[in-house]
Amino acid sequence: MLKVNNIDVFYGNIHALKDISLEVNEGEIVTLIGANGAGKSTLLKTLSGLLKPKNGNILYLTQQIAGKPAQTIVKSGISHVPEGRRVFSNMSVEENLELGAYLRNDRDGIKKDIDYVYELFPILDERRKQLSGTLSGGEQQMLAMGRALMAKPKLLLMDEPSMGLAPLVVKKIFEIIKTVNSQGTTVLLVEQNANMALSIADRAYVLETGKIVLSGTAKELQESEQVKAAYLGGL
Amino acid sequence: MEWLQQLVNGISLGSIYALIALGYTMVYGIIKLINFAHGDVFMLGAFIGFYAIARWDLGFFPALIISMLLCAIIGVIIERVAYKRLRNATRIAALITAIGVSLLIEYTVIFFRGASPEAYPEVLPNTSISILGASISSQSIMILAVTIVLMILLQFIVHKTKIGKAMRAVSHDADAARLMGINVDNTISATFAIGSALAGAAGVIFGVYYTRIEPLMGVLPGLKAFVAAVLGGIGSIPGAMVGGLVLGVVETIVSALGYSLWRDAAAFVILILILILKPSGIFGKNAREKV
Repeated sequence: MLKVNNIDVFYGNIHALKDISLEVNEGEIVTLIGANGAGKSTLLKTLSGLLKPKNGNILYLTQQIAGKPAQTIVKSGISHVPEGRRVFSNMSVEENLELGAYLRNDRDGIKKDIDYVYELFPILDERRKQLSGTLSGGEQQMLAMGRALMAKPKLLLMDEPSMGLAPLVVKKIFEIIKTVNSQGTTVLLVEQNANMALSIADRAYVLETGKIVLSGTAKELQESEQVKAAYLGGL
Repeated sequence: MEWLQQLVNGISLGSIYALIALGYTMVYGIIKLINFAHGDVFMLGAFIGFYAIARWDLGFFPALIISMLLCAIIGVIIERVAYKRLRNATRIAALITAIGVSLLIEYTVIFFRGASPEAYPEVLPNTSISILGASISSQSIMILAVTIVLMILLQFIVHKTKIGKAMRAVSHDADAARLMGINVDNTISATFAIGSALAGAAGVIFGVYYTRIEPLMGVLPGLKAFVAAVLGGIGSIPGAMVGGLVLGVVETIVSALGYSLWRDAAAFVILILILILKPSGIFGKNAREKV
């Protein structure tokens, strides 16, 4: 579904991603784990069109998307839940969801999908008129996810959904990622919480200082000594 | 009942400031630029209205609409030509460019038609209506009505339409807006278009009300509208409306007290006071919280 071939991405002079290649197949949950500053978010931003790769190409379904503007990429079915939620805190929950459907024009479909999001996250239904800036971190994460789902993505990019959240909330969010995936949305998940990510993923890549150093099925990586030592907290 | 009359004068003046201030505040909200060329768009609006009325024999409303449309186009051109390429430059570079654009517009107009003032033809009936003993000109009432309609329209656009929601989203977080599929460049252009159209409307209203227009007329109202925007809280639309009205009323009161030479100073005293006492303005938000 998504095939990244040898991309290089720069932040000014900093070579943030070096010759990265990876693949996501339809229906999978693929996770990208790695420490702070490894380049995980940079990779997602490149996929969603916020950054342009210097070299290499990104093949999504049948089209090249490297360097295309973000709105083209959203339209083709890739939604990005950014790190730190980035909800529009000056707008209500419902307005945030409507913005998620910005490129759609089917009023009835949008209404139905808002109801679908409320079904996934009943707490958002209770808070629909509330300014999203007043939500708790977990609720904001749910809203960011719901907002991304409003674009009806085929591929969902998720950046650190567990960041700053209580373990119970994290568990809930991950359950919903699994639900969404089982309903047909492919997921590329970036996480520092490697344990959690590997427990729901099919396959995984390990990113270190801009390079992919390891890849395999989630199970393989969970058992790999190298990953255990570096990311799963020793034994 | 002279006070009531002065209040109405103040509100008329204030609604002109408010219309200009809206453009300042909207543009600032979305690209964090104080568009100092905005006062000159107001001047262009006044001249377009003048030519529409005096040369093409149009009425007030057609002139108002033509002026708003042309100013919207001018605003978009200014943004695309001068500011767009500075999107990632330092803010001071953009600010200096804005001052350059301002001078360019002023002296281009002087180059083509000279610096002499022009007398606005009378297009609105100017009869006095007596309310509670105060005599209020029908023009004041008309101006106020037009301003209120435009502000309601603006509120509707910003809160209920897709482009308005996109504008609010971009001004809050441009990258997150991109991830929604919002075309940020087009949204910024739309903001300039709407802000400039309001300045154009203010120009025509100013011309009708004060009857004298000239190529440098945008400088002082532009600066005062900037004060109004800061007073209300720059970036805040209701703030610009309230700030404009307050400033207009304060200036009129200062004049009415017999200190009419001080009325310009009053505006800038307000600016200094607000910057010392509450820099975020009446409706200003505190610095954004980072999660």
